[in-house]
Amino acid sequence: MNMKAQGKVHKYGDNVDTDVIIPARYLNTADHKELASHCMEDIDIDFVKKVNKGDIMVAEANFGCGSSREHAPIAIKESGISCVIAKTFARIFYRNAINIGLPIIECPQAAENISDGDEVEIDFDSGVITNKTKGETYKGQPFPEFIKNIINKNGLLNSIKG
Amino acid sequence: MGMTMTQKVLAAHAGLDSVKAGDLIMADLDMVLGNDITSPVAINEFNKAGFDSVFDGSKISMVMDHFAPNKDIKAATQCKQCRDFCSELGVKNFFDVGDMGVEHAILPEKGLVAPGDLVIGADSHTCTYGALGAFSTGVGSTDMAAGMATGKAWFKVPSALKFNITGKLNKWVSGKDVILHIIGMIGVDGALYKSMEFSGEGLKNLTMEDRLCMANMAIEAGAKNGIFAVDEVTLDFVKDKVSKEFKVYESDADAEYEKVYNIDLSQIKPTVSFPHLPENAKTFDEFGDIKIDQVVIGSCTNGRIEDLRAAAEILKGKTVAKGVRCIVIPATQKIYLQAMEEGLLKIFIDARCAVSTPTCGPCLGGHMGILAKGERAVATTNRNFVGRMGHPESEVYLASPAVAAASAVTGKISQPSEIM
Repeated sequence: MNMKAQGKVHKYGDNVDTDVIIPARYLNTADHKELASHCMEDIDIDFVKKVNKGDIMVAEANFGCGSSREHAPIAIKESGISCVIAKTFARIFYRNAINIGLPIIECPQAAENISDGDEVEIDFDSGVITNKTKGETYKGQPFPEFIKNIINKNGLLNSIKG
Repeated sequence: MGMTMTQKVLAAHAGLDSVKAGDLIMADLDMVLGNDITSPVAINEFNKAGFDSVFDGSKISMVMDHFAPNKDIKAATQCKQCRDFCSELGVKNFFDVGDMGVEHAILPEKGLVAPGDLVIGADSHTCTYGALGAFSTGVGSTDMAAGMATGKAWFKVPSALKFNITGKLNKWVSGKDVILHIIGMIGVDGALYKSMEFSGEGLKNLTMEDRLCMANMAIEAGAKNGIFAVDEVTLDFVKDKVSKEFKVYESDADAEYEKVYNIDLSQIKPTVSFPHLPENAKTFDEFGDIKIDQVVIGSCTNGRIEDLRAAAEILKGKTVAKGVRCIVIPATQKIYLQAMEEGLLKIFIDARCAVSTPTCGPCLGGHMGILAKGERAVATTNRNFVGRMGHPESEVYLASPAVAAASAVTGKISQPSEIM
């Protein structure tokens, strides 16, 4: 695998919970496009208008805390986001993102230094994050082999089918 | 180095003699759970991957509780999809309107979780069953789909925090106050990726309701699981519910803990978590008058019989304050019936409370008690995030059933001692 992502950053703070990523009032559907149309609505009403395919989401600590709703990473992925970088992720969100194939990467240094609107490139193999706007690089934690295998096989269900 | 009880349960289910924090393992599952919101996503993934059978229909539970009784056509469609799937693939533990309850109340009640079990559920509050000495944790719908197909899931073995419990709770103080206090102390990511293990000589003074409530909210500190040492209270609870053989695991004396916290139950005061994070825990000496519009007593956290008894004791012969709506939701049909037989429902209705059939309903802003812009609720639920119970500019204050009931009477956030 040599996966890369590059795009413009949408920046958020600590404890972005799954209720603001996709409010429960929209969970009466599992339709990916409909979920994406309400992504981040309660924290950033303009997100769906300004997000472009390939953009990157960056947040501080405990991103994705709260409910186990897989609708949250689904909504983010379907909205066009190519990777989420955070200082730390809540564990269920971390699992769900891997299982559905939304690349995520933990990097406190990147979360601290990247600003809203920066142009950023991520190399998932090495964990290196390049901030093209600021001319800085940060070293994130690459996935362990076990998890790389799930991602390489395009998600958990494909990986268990062998 | 010894193992914690969580590590022992994981090792046993992975067929290993021992595991240590950080190990990645594949483990056998005793129960796979989903609800009417998360199961449809799992069923879609299950079908898309081409599976046509489940690993064991008796080890899968689906509970129609979040938007049930169906709140709208889309919710009805989701419940129907679950109903059809369970019927076609032989999923035994399907709980529908009429016999359902809030998932984390009904599974222990029906004896579907035993000490030493390994449980995953596509609902973050699946950690509730740690109260019984099981390893149980919330996962997403894809994990649920994989679990239903193979009976297995992957885990990273967690490290642990130990909470050494001593002493005894004072009147009007419950497990809810203890866990809000703990989350206030360690923060919403204070136990991120870790186990929260509760043990110590004070455990005997915590009822099963207290323990289920505390384990339920382990996720609100970011924990992978909450788990209680198994004792007489546990064995007494499961004895006429669990029919299968089970194994009790104990942490080794030399098990490793990242940190040990001492919790003296006698020092815990009524505690309220302010918007918009469960870690914003305050005691009554830290705030003044806060007027409220709604009270919700129920949920997988606090909808059990002991919770309803505490609320009824306070509401008996009193009336809900003018301008306040108080909604009481027994967590299962059995609890509902018991509350009726004990006369609790009459107390609630005489006090001008609305009593609802079991549902998660307002806890997640689904239905049965949504807040308008600017409105404020005291709830015995588990989350107070932005927009959790309705409008993004509404507020939820988390509290015990006793504090919620007292607040309903006064119309402001109140502790029971103010009116009792």
